[in-house]
Amino acid sequence: MDLSLSPHAIAMTAKEFQEMAKDMVLGLARNPMLKKPIDGLTAPIWAWGQRNAIYPLHFGVACCALEMAAASACRWDAERLGMIYRSSPRQSDVLLVNGWISQKLRPSLRRLYEQMPEPKWVVAMGECAISGGPWYDAYNVIQGLDTFIPVDIYIPGCPPRPEAMIDGFMKLNRKITAEQKGTFLD
Amino acid sequence: MTEMWVNMGPQHPMTHGLWNLRVKIDGEIITDATPVIGYLHRGWEKMVEARDFKQIIPLADRLCYGSSLTWSHLYVRTIEELMDVDVPERAQWIRVITLEMQRISSHLMWLAAVGTDLGSYTIFLYCMRERELFLDLMTNLTGARMTYNYVRIGGVRNDLPPNFERDTLRVLKLFEERMKEYEALCDRTTSFRVRMEDVGMLTPADAMNLGVTGPNMRGSKIDFDIRRDDPYETYDQVDFEVCVEDTCDSFARYRVRMREMEVSCDIIRQALKKLRDGPVRVKAPNNAPSGSAFFHVEDPRGEGLMYAIGDGTNQPYRLKVRSPIFVSVSATPVMLIGEKMADVPAIMGSIDMCLGETDR
Repeated sequence: MDLSLSPHAIAMTAKEFQEMAKDMVLGLARNPMLKKPIDGLTAPIWAWGQRNAIYPLHFGVACCALEMAAASACRWDAERLGMIYRSSPRQSDVLLVNGWISQKLRPSLRRLYEQMPEPKWVVAMGECAISGGPWYDAYNVIQGLDTFIPVDIYIPGCPPRPEAMIDGFMKLNRKITAEQKGTFLD
Repeated sequence: MTEMWVNMGPQHPMTHGLWNLRVKIDGEIITDATPVIGYLHRGWEKMVEARDFKQIIPLADRLCYGSSLTWSHLYVRTIEELMDVDVPERAQWIRVITLEMQRISSHLMWLAAVGTDLGSYTIFLYCMRERELFLDLMTNLTGARMTYNYVRIGGVRNDLPPNFERDTLRVLKLFEERMKEYEALCDRTTSFRVRMEDVGMLTPADAMNLGVTGPNMRGSKIDFDIRRDDPYETYDQVDFEVCVEDTCDSFARYRVRMREMEVSCDIIRQALKKLRDGPVRVKAPNNAPSGSAFFHVEDPRGEGLMYAIGDGTNQPYRLKVRSPIFVSVSATPVMLIGEKMADVPAIMGSIDMCLGETDR
């Protein structure tokens, strides 16, 4: 801290003082010596918040979309686990791809993925999104989502039952807890 | 006011399935509309030319996932026409029962989707609750929830499980009681009727000229149902009513589907009464003779038709699919032009899109 500025510091407005203080605190906290312990203390809180409010993108592609709907309906009630479908990629954390990906869909899907804010996860549901599934020799189907988007969780089945889908999301929960991606300092 | 194009899709809460509706709006009024489909195209017709006849049955299930059994049944009937196979009577009755169950669960899925479109999440929850009952019956019978792989060339895969009739009658009784709740929730609610009535007008002449079939056509005052007018399986031994409404709007199409669910319950009851013991499957040849065959059925969404050409091998030379929604979606501009932007979900929801069969 530059002490020669001290007379000016006294003459600062409240807003200027707040900004100066914020810069100073963040500058200190982002110091590599301090950042690591602070992240170590706060990341579990961050991950706890993330894993209990997974908002998948409301994006029904094919057969598995009906099982996705069934999972959020009465019998399975996925909302009790914090899965609420959002219609805008800007509001969602998880890209749930449930169906085959055609050449025509591929650019739109990539764009949806890029529109989602970090941190984000991708779940490939059903055989088609995992590896092309029954359309393994179709000329227009991309053979797996992971050829152009990094995938976190695979849920096999054709289509997977809603229990399988919920189980996949529980695995994603554990992954979020383990990797502790977020930090308060960014 | 300047006009502008608005893209609704491919990722949009209104599109059930994956398609893109481009509408041109002048203020709030739609002046032009273009449906863009093809996002789910996987070359089904070309792909099945490299599969043998038995391998195509599960792929036909995945043509339309809302009513998968109808499509595998349509495929199997086409190949039976081609191979000239006679199906035992018990298998035909079982097919009628499963087809009608599939029709009910498909219509319920449709109503659930329309319910969320119109802002009533309760309708979604109610419909999914009853759909699970029918899916449970089908799971008991076939082992799968959605894509059944149940119909075989020459019959069906297995006989009815024990107590199937008792369970079915229980479910039907429960379902018919709960249909009254739906009617209270939809028909007698102003918010639902205001959204659905007098929007998406499709005149009988337009419906006929554009080739719209199924409940969408019967909502436009045209009395036609393949189950009655060109009966297949044992539909000629069943006494049922063809539901026709004459107001030609979205509400008419909704009413047709609601009444069809009640009629389907009635058909299942009659079929269970007429079910007699007997074999459920006969042996079918592996190879099809040279020649061609076509068959059409009343899908929950309209008239599904398949045309198959055999060339003496165990693979089809050509298999053409006529999808009802591919044709119905061409009526989009007629229904949309002149309506308000906010009515698009109520109109497009009422034609029951299913993109798997549309794009093939």
